[in-house]
Amino acid sequence: MGIKHFFSRRKSREIAKDRLKILLISDRVNCSPEMMEMIKTDIAKVISKYMKIDTQSMEIQISKTGIKGHDSKTPTLYANIPILDLHNK
Amino acid sequence: MSEVIVVTSGKGGVGKTTTSANVGTGLAAMGKKVVLIDTDIGLRNLDVVMGLENRIVYNLVDVVENKCRIKQALIKDKRHQSLYLMPSAQTKDKSAVSPEQMVRMIGQLREQFDYIILDCPAGIEQGFKNAIAGADRALVVTTPEVSAIRDADRIIGLLEANEFKQIDLVINRLRYDMVKRGEMMSASDVVDILSIPLIGIVPDDENVVISTNQGEPLVGNNTMAGRAYQNICYRVAGREIPFIEFDKSVSFWTRVSGIFHKN
Repeated sequence: MGIKHFFSRRKSREIAKDRLKILLISDRVNCSPEMMEMIKTDIAKVISKYMKIDTQSMEIQISKTGIKGHDSKTPTLYANIPILDLHNK
Repeated sequence: MSEVIVVTSGKGGVGKTTTSANVGTGLAAMGKKVVLIDTDIGLRNLDVVMGLENRIVYNLVDVVENKCRIKQALIKDKRHQSLYLMPSAQTKDKSAVSPEQMVRMIGQLREQFDYIILDCPAGIEQGFKNAIAGADRALVVTTPEVSAIRDADRIIGLLEANEFKQIDLVINRLRYDMVKRGEMMSASDVVDILSIPLIGIVPDDENVVISTNQGEPLVGNNTMAGRAYQNICYRVAGREIPFIEFDKSVSFWTRVSGIFHKN
């Protein structure tokens, strides 16, 4: 990692993984990456009203693995939002 | 109790037929009674991979249309007593068979066989629906490529929607040297993305081409792919087999070549 990693070209393995992750999200829910991006910005906007969050590193993902106790076939929206300050407002 | 396994992938050319042939042959070599069914109507190939193309008299469509009895359409394998092939029709198209007819035929085959293996055509249309109709479980074949994985994901979704209880993943044509260079997704990358249980990793091996040329499945012989398919057969039958690390042999040769390259 470090300097060597910084100068080297991004490996195609990583590119493939990243492309697939985005592609499969839209395939699975039948919604485009643009729409996912819009959902993400809207979620960020709402949460930001109440606390300071890290919008840069937040992630949203639709997964079909489901939650314990629920029907495993239901797609679930996971949002991973790092909170910077709980008592912002 | 018999088990009906569909071998599917979505994308064409990833190794469904090769996997069907090798898993069927491997299970038969373990003493199981196995029938391989080619469900790719209009583009049959399993007969050629098995080297049985010259023995076809009747086919799947003849059976469904009651032009012959099931027994007449079954071709006995060259080497394994307990292995049979039900060839597909080459002249008809996929609408010649319906899912209901497949379920009925498989019901009859269940009485005689331990394993019924269905080689599914590419795509998600009629042929796919026919192939999965009577199956209990699925082997999803993919290669570590974006297009194949995307299609596999779609297929897994459709299988889940059809209430398949057991869906296992076969990763075909993995090149450990490329994974090592960071230019190919590793088996665990693929498993992470598709999130279904892994049942086998088949390395990219030129012996697969050689065995297809000869019309003799390579399962069980001492090639990398042959050993990988053997392990898949054991796992299909319920044995727990650790995954072989082909990586070790690669790193050995990398080390040897490293002596000369001095990098």
